[in-house]
Amino acid sequence: MAKLGPMGFSPYPTAVNEGVLNPPEGKALLFDEIVDEEVAMREAAKAMLTRENPTIFPGPQVLYAWSEDAKKKAKLIKELAQVLGAKIIPMYDYRPKYPKINPEVEINPNHPNLTIWHNNIKACIFVGVHCHYANVALKIIRAETDCFTIALCSMEGHEDAMITLRDQHPEELEKFIKIAKEVKKELGI
Amino acid sequence: MSFKVFQINEEFLDVMPKEIVELQENATWGNPKRGVMDLPFHKELIEEHSLCAGCPEAAALRYIMASIPAPEDTVIVNSTGCTSLVFPHIAMHTIHSLFGNQNAVASGIKRVLEYRYPDRVKDVIVLAGDGATVDIGLDCTLQSFFRQEKITTICFDNEVYANTGGQESGMTPKGHVFKMAPKGKQFEKVPMWQLAIDSGCHYVARLTVSSPKRVESVIKKAVYVAREVGPTYIHLYTPCILEIGLNSDQGLEEMRSKDKERFEFFEYVSPQAQEVIEKRKAEGLL
Repeated sequence: MAKLGPMGFSPYPTAVNEGVLNPPEGKALLFDEIVDEEVAMREAAKAMLTRENPTIFPGPQVLYAWSEDAKKKAKLIKELAQVLGAKIIPMYDYRPKYPKINPEVEINPNHPNLTIWHNNIKACIFVGVHCHYANVALKIIRAETDCFTIALCSMEGHEDAMITLRDQHPEELEKFIKIAKEVKKELGI
Repeated sequence: MSFKVFQINEEFLDVMPKEIVELQENATWGNPKRGVMDLPFHKELIEEHSLCAGCPEAAALRYIMASIPAPEDTVIVNSTGCTSLVFPHIAMHTIHSLFGNQNAVASGIKRVLEYRYPDRVKDVIVLAGDGATVDIGLDCTLQSFFRQEKITTICFDNEVYANTGGQESGMTPKGHVFKMAPKGKQFEKVPMWQLAIDSGCHYVARLTVSSPKRVESVIKKAVYVAREVGPTYIHLYTPCILEIGLNSDQGLEEMRSKDKERFEFFEYVSPQAQEVIEKRKAEGLL
């Protein structure tokens, strides 16, 4: 049976509605607390390494080779998935699918909960998803699932994720991989 | 903007769905000679459709998607109706407009694309049903023709408001009875192809989709003429087999019978359009 998220089936109130705002530059958001980036990265790695069926959801900005940055990020995300032992399910198309999606191979921002329920995902990372679709998807996941969400955002972050890391470019991803390896060692995995 | 931006990073080729990888590897991009003969051998730009089994509109969409000369540089504007259920499944840029607004939206898109990409040809094609094109959206449709917008308008005429229960439309022939029109249509069918000619369209065609090669030919002519001269209009008969009480395998038969009646092939080509068509024929593109 699906377990509901903190908001039940209603995506409201949103994090903003509860007074949670995106972190300032150089900082990260851990639930409703502003913390150092390293602290958030450690917690994110811990969640991905200890929860069931960790999954990375890469969006079009990293799935497609449209810039040198995207190509570098793709390599790093693949490495990150290996370090975290995470599955990769792509969000390659934002349009609502009719009559259904295949939740084993894709996630759609208009009903991301289907993929999370179907695969029993308890921790996930959003990366390379355009802001507005990440916002929609994270709100739905927050409301309808008990999945721990982590947003690796190249811009200002997403307050509806449980952990938000902002300004994430290849250098930051490398740092995250390094921290994930350390956490993995500490946990003896 | 380039089609290359949609190339999948090789790290993700193993996790992307097979149909998306096939689109990159085996679809007919960058080939203006593409056509309906590619259908059995190449990946189609339409993955699957959610229309009724045997729906002639689905066949029409497949032929159109296979015939568009430059799908990577084409924007499709559609409107509410059965066709709009298919657009989430096609690998092209599509914009869903408000019901009836499609030609106004397409006009704006075409102008912005010309401004934004002055050295690149971008085609804008409107795909809408008879309700959106002729009834509710007739104003926007005709005004775009009067303004000589360089867009192609394709009307899927099923002669009825099919997915709302069978109300008569302007395109319903006189005397036809539908579930929600029990007294029968009191007026004649709107001669939209003639209105298109009178309103300034340079290429107009009326046909059924019983012949894929003919559909390919008119689509290509309409797009090439719209690029260089002005508005073009294609009127396709795509009967709603459910509303006229036919089985899934009878759509083609129905269209063939109308090929000899009110949807007999008709083509209008203005002198300027004829020049473009001759030029493209000489280039081997038609």
